Amino acid sequence: MQVGRGNSTTAVTLARRRLWRIGNWGDALSRIAFAGLGLSLLAVALLILYELVLESRHAISAFGWGFLTGTRWDPVDRVFGAAPAIYGTLASSFIALILAVPVSLGAAIFLSEMAPPWLRSPLSFLVEMLAALPSVVLGLWGIYVLIPWVRDPVEMWLGGHLSFIPLFDGPPFGVGMLAAGLVLAIMVLPIITAIARDVMQAVPTSQREAMVALGATRWEVIIGAVLPYCRSGLMGAVILGLGRALGETMAVTMVIGKGYNITASLFQPASTAASTLASEFNEATYNLYISALVELALILMGITLLVNILARLLVWRVARSPGVIAE
Amino acid sequence: MTHSAREAAAERRFRKALLLLAGALAAVLAAFLLAACGGGENKGGESPVATPPTGGQPSPTIQGATSCPPPGAATTLTGAGATFPFPLYSKWIDEFDKLCKLQINYQSIGSGGGIRQITAKTVDFGASDGIMNDEQTAGAEAAGGPILHIPMTVGAVAVVLNLPGVENGQLKLTPDVLADIYLKKITKWNDPRIAADNPGVDLPSTDIAVVHRSDGSGTTFIFTNYLSKVSQEWNDSVGFATSVAWPGDIGGEGNEGVANQARQIPGAIGYVELAYAVQNNLPWAAVRNKSGTFEEPSLDGATAAATGIPLPDDMKVLLTDSSNPDAYPIVGFTWVLAYVNQSDKAKGQALVYYLWWAIHDGQQFTTDLLYAPLSPDAVKKAEAEIKSISYQGQPLLQAP
Repeated sequence: MQVGRGNSTTAVTLARRRLWRIGNWGDALSRIAFAGLGLSLLAVALLILYELVLESRHAISAFGWGFLTGTRWDPVDRVFGAAPAIYGTLASSFIALILAVPVSLGAAIFLSEMAPPWLRSPLSFLVEMLAALPSVVLGLWGIYVLIPWVRDPVEMWLGGHLSFIPLFDGPPFGVGMLAAGLVLAIMVLPIITAIARDVMQAVPTSQREAMVALGATRWEVIIGAVLPYCRSGLMGAVILGLGRALGETMAVTMVIGKGYNITASLFQPASTAASTLASEFNEATYNLYISALVELALILMGITLLVNILARLLVWRVARSPGVIAE
Repeated sequence: MTHSAREAAAERRFRKALLLLAGALAAVLAAFLLAACGGGENKGGESPVATPPTGGQPSPTIQGATSCPPPGAATTLTGAGATFPFPLYSKWIDEFDKLCKLQINYQSIGSGGGIRQITAKTVDFGASDGIMNDEQTAGAEAAGGPILHIPMTVGAVAVVLNLPGVENGQLKLTPDVLADIYLKKITKWNDPRIAADNPGVDLPSTDIAVVHRSDGSGTTFIFTNYLSKVSQEWNDSVGFATSVAWPGDIGGEGNEGVANQARQIPGAIGYVELAYAVQNNLPWAAVRNKSGTFEEPSLDGATAAATGIPLPDDMKVLLTDSSNPDAYPIVGFTWVLAYVNQSDKAKGQALVYYLWWAIHDGQQFTTDLLYAPLSPDAVKKAEAEIKSISYQGQPLLQAP
């Protein structure tokens, strides 16, 4: 603002002054209005937090910190512990990232650095379309297509040949942690790919040219110039994907199979915080039960908040490093 | 440069896609409109059957003792609760609206939600597949005084199987075997205890994959209540509720989720609503009832469960493991929840006349939708309950 005023010609300055005089009211009003709108977002977030804490007070007072480590979820005996749900949330998201990140980065490198222009935009468009796929549709596809395939041949084969690894031990049901991880991977794939592609494209051409001038091949340009330059941005992309995976509800609920235990086996049915909430909230029949579910929501909010803070810190790091993308 | 060129290309492509989409949408809309018009004409042609008294020729099916709410009664009601009877309630609401011009907005948000809503008095009636517990009853009574459980229909839960080579209804399960399968104590289909009841059935040596509902549901309530009645161990270690801590295996979301798992996994056993099993042709097991007969799930067997057995006046009774020799054992009432003391006379009147119609003339719609009608014994008890609904001490139902 100050820079603009300093550079302006006399006419412009005069006009601006006139505007300023009439605009005094408008300026003040708009400031209040927009500040109000901005703060309303904060208010909504705080209200949600307040409501969650308020509604979970029964469970908090009944179980205390033990809620975080408890492994039983028994509505009949009125004992609730969140550990398996927290574990399931983190583990399924982690599996999703392990599966999705290499594919996403590869796809992003291809889209940004290698794809011929005629292929680039339709492919990018498709990736973005994939991100718009409703999760319930993906869940249905999971039930009818993915799960039978996961059971036979994937789990049959893994269980038959690699069952000495605890990850692949157990009966092949199809539903379970592996299926949930796969569905989540498909959901985070487009997000990570799209952001990673944008981040790579924002790497200044001069960086690539400098590398080429040194005699580097295309592969060396990518490895030596592009990726290191946007490393933080890529991390941000991954973390945004993780945020999506942690909170995803419908598709996971439909394929995870609702087991409530902590096991190493990927074949076992499991639960996430979001899927437990979605499954049980409608028929939760007494206050402590509802309260425990709400506390689960509170924990999920905490986890997502942490992830977002992490992402924010990374973006700041990107912004601080020289001459970069984050406008 | 390349960037903006690409953007422009992308934009062109996007516009093309949008145009296509709009075109497709318009086509679908046009087809839909045409179909709707056609459907309307059809309906017009058939209308003499379905049109209520106003149409001149009353439907033969909804004649009789039905009387509509007196003038001055409310013309709209709201209700919320159980999802299980929703198809039946929708039919009833539709038919009663045709008959008496009463619009009922029923939201199938689940039994727990229905209990919460009626306790908060945001609806005129609730609906539940389970009996309210002490905590809930206390809450509701604090809000609106005594609350009634009025039975509307009987639901049955079928035990479905995926056993190649075993025909529908061929496998016989005793209550203790069923409980032990769900307790994961019997884990193979060729277990001697299963074989003992099934001579001549070729039982495979496959593992039993136990499938249950992952979401809280009235179906689970009935099923686990049955297991609690027939197995002390189940009662002690698991118990019964709309959602329990299952000893084993796989959860499926909704009836369709359970049915799907049961269909896909060889050796699976699951439980679904009878209606769902019938509509989807799922092979089921015959379960031994209290008097020792192996019964396949059926509407008659469900109605029989509430016949000839002592029923309490408040109808807060779980029908599982009925002593009637013709009963299928895994069944339960589904109830409408209503306050005895109505705070709004007009709404109370509309409600009692609707409920009265539902337990009498409404029952004829049950079997088509694969719900079991109430037994005459149950109707009698329900009548007394509806008659007790009052406004400031005055009964709202004029003796029909």
